[in-house]
Amino acid sequence: MTGSLILRTSARLLLVTCVLLSVFILVRGHNEPGGGFIGGLIGALGVIVYALAHGRARTLRMLRADPKSMLGVGLLLALASGALPPLLGISPLLTHQWGDLVLGPVALPLGTTLLFDIGVYLTVAGFALAVVLPFAEE
Amino acid sequence: MPDPGLIILVALASVPLLVAAVATAPRAAGWIAAAVPALLFVGFLAAAPAPGEQALGALPWLPSLGVALAWRLDGLSLLFALLITGIGALIFLYAGAYLRGHPQIDRFFGAIALFMAAMLGAVLADDLVMLVVFWELTSLSSFLLIGFEGGRSSARRAAVQGLLVTVGGGLALLAGALLLGGIAGTYRISEIAARAAEFAAHPWAPLVVALIVVGAFAKSAQAPLHSWLPNAMAAPTPVSAYLHSATMVKLGVYLLARLNPVFGGMPLWVELLTGFGALTMVVGAVLALRETDLKRVLAYSTVVGLGTLVALIGQEDPLAATAAIAFLIVHALYKACLFLVAGIVDHETGMRDASRLRGLARAMPLTATVAALGALSMAGLPPFVGFVAKELLYEANLLAAGMLPAAALVANTVTVIAAGVVAARPFFGRPAPTPRPAHDPGFAMLAGPTLLAALGLLFGLLPGLLGRVLVEPAAAAILGRPTEAKLVLWHGFTVVFWLSVATIGAGLAGYLAWHRMQPLLAGVELFDRYGPDAQYGRALRGLQRLAAWQTRAIQSGSLRRYLALSFLALMLPVGAAMVAGDGLRWPGLDPLPLAHEVGLVALVAAGALVACLARNLITAIMGVALVGFGAGVLFLVLGAPDLAFTQFSVETLAVVLLVAVLARLPFRGTDPRSRGQRVADAGVALLTGVVGGAVLLAALAMPFDTTIPAWMGENAAPAAHGRNVVNVIIVDFRALDTLGEITVLGLAALAAYAVLRRREVRGP
Repeated sequence: MTGSLILRTSARLLLVTCVLLSVFILVRGHNEPGGGFIGGLIGALGVIVYALAHGRARTLRMLRADPKSMLGVGLLLALASGALPPLLGISPLLTHQWGDLVLGPVALPLGTTLLFDIGVYLTVAGFALAVVLPFAEE
Repeated sequence: MPDPGLIILVALASVPLLVAAVATAPRAAGWIAAAVPALLFVGFLAAAPAPGEQALGALPWLPSLGVALAWRLDGLSLLFALLITGIGALIFLYAGAYLRGHPQIDRFFGAIALFMAAMLGAVLADDLVMLVVFWELTSLSSFLLIGFEGGRSSARRAAVQGLLVTVGGGLALLAGALLLGGIAGTYRISEIAARAAEFAAHPWAPLVVALIVVGAFAKSAQAPLHSWLPNAMAAPTPVSAYLHSATMVKLGVYLLARLNPVFGGMPLWVELLTGFGALTMVVGAVLALRETDLKRVLAYSTVVGLGTLVALIGQEDPLAATAAIAFLIVHALYKACLFLVAGIVDHETGMRDASRLRGLARAMPLTATVAALGALSMAGLPPFVGFVAKELLYEANLLAAGMLPAAALVANTVTVIAAGVVAARPFFGRPAPTPRPAHDPGFAMLAGPTLLAALGLLFGLLPGLLGRVLVEPAAAAILGRPTEAKLVLWHGFTVVFWLSVATIGAGLAGYLAWHRMQPLLAGVELFDRYGPDAQYGRALRGLQRLAAWQTRAIQSGSLRRYLALSFLALMLPVGAAMVAGDGLRWPGLDPLPLAHEVGLVALVAAGALVACLARNLITAIMGVALVGFGAGVLFLVLGAPDLAFTQFSVETLAVVLLVAVLARLPFRGTDPRSRGQRVADAGVALLTGVVGGAVLLAALAMPFDTTIPAWMGENAAPAAHGRNVVNVIIVDFRALDTLGEITVLGLAALAAYAVLRRREVRGP
């Protein structure tokens, strides 16, 4: 327990806001300003403020995932999103594919670019957390 | 008929399976492992083309670069494939017993099976690039195997030495192969050979020959690059028998033989091969006589054998090619056999010092018999196949001019002595005490050497068969045209026969005098002090001193110094290039900047000034933050919302991080630098700012090419399904760049983690 009561309470609120905002920014990124890179930074920012207020151990417990694993999963996801076409012999590496996800009356246009962007998000957030969290107090 | 390309893939795919199988049943490791090369051996027999024919095939790999997984199965590659898999099966079986109970036996078989697959890939490759890739893979697996007993410093040194020498040679080979492919216009070896005359006339041909020859010489331990091979005896004996006598060290010889149809007509090629081959024969011969360790004696005699092979390939007479192939087979048979025998002696008695081992024949009668059979073939006595090969050797070398006949005489005499020292001396005489009570080993360890020795006798009795089936097609591949190889046991009382008699007589005399001659030669310190091994050690120590010096000079540990050095290293060359190349430009102010833009720039400049002049660190951080946020707003105003967004996030993160760090560190509120330091830092900062600004101004003054942005803007929505062009560029148009960038991020995070973690590890 490190921060003051005000910091600890606002950090919790900030965490939720930042993570939700970052996901929103990630998803809208393909058509409006945003994307995985910015989203990852904003998400990490919320977690870091939380860690400054509540300490590292508690933050890591809350995250449930080691930042290094986030990083690794992100890299693998980004690679995997583009590796399928060449493995199937359709097209070169990182040629994205699109299709519509039909849920009853709604057709949601989706592409492997989103997977790639989620990979970028996880990598950037994992990077920021792996570098900064060691500075947060126990 | 199985596809040879498929056999390589099977060999590669079997490696992880073999590791898993050995890990589950380590007691049956040898039998399980030996099944793999045995099956591959059968596969190659089934895939073998008719003598004189060849089978070609290819899988696409990098079609845009003209590189393919192309293979060729002809006499030469078939011979190597059969040696690799046949001897491999015997050695895998032997190794299972030799390493019984070793905790890392699965790792051993993984490395040696990987080696075998790499070796098969290298000798079957018809594509130069593929050959180089598998060539390097053999060096890497050899490193793992030499350093298998990594707890011993001698094994670690030998592993590194072998790696540096063979991979260094591999770099030369890579350069040579790329140049050769570029000149010939194709990487297919079979096609390059057809353009040999064209190539020989090219001005760069000597350079290509020199580079490829260096690569082959490093791999095949030619003097003065030979010293890694005897040191590689630090590996377990099955490895010495397999890699460092029968197969890997012959890969250099294989390459020279394979490329002989391309380079054979060039005088440089002939001079390099015969010259260094003869040198290697003599050097290896002299050094072999200094050793008492059974394995090191054999290793130096392998050096002699490799020199002999290289010199034979360099000769232009067709007989030399026949002699080379015959000797290659014979050498592989007897050398693998005797290495395995030396391993048995070491394993069952606990020592391998030829000067102290005596009278083992009584306790190990079977081993002694096998050793004698192998040694007789090595010494070149009839009716063993070694005799056939030696007659051919003398016949071919007598045709050559210069040093070669004399070198061959020395080499063969020492070979006879070495055979006696390794396989006769330890077994005869009065028994001497050994660390362990000597006894014959079990079937798994005796089977290999027995079969190899028996083959030496069988081929000696049926030389015609060996000549027709194996030697003739392989020799034809060296020459690049069909040839006739008549191998016979008895030539009649010719000059060559009397030379053989003289060699055996001299060898016998040398053997009897060995126990007096060896200490004398070993006492000559000149070899130890100035030989290539000592030079290697000196070079490595020099490299370490250089590294230590430059580390102290650059990696001072002071962050301020790092920054100053980095900026100077970046900005001085850029600035110098801009001034020297007349690159300074001043862009026109059109359209004129708007008032709020000027205001923002002034804000950023004010922040920079505050950061420079502030004595209090928190004030300075605020100044830096002002620069960052000001730039972010500027991006926003100039129509780059994504950039602004990122800038704000990064800036916030930086401020949070700086505050967190300052809170943890022993806080010093004010700037501790002296006046001189502040002036020097100001100089670096000023230079960085001026050069950076000049680069930006010059870039702005360039006419802006709108083709690419226009293309991206037009195609983002229809082709990439996104309206935000910046994001489409990041995740789609230039996704490979992004993948590279996030990979760098990942590596940076791991490095930062390692640095920051040290504190925790050192804790109580």
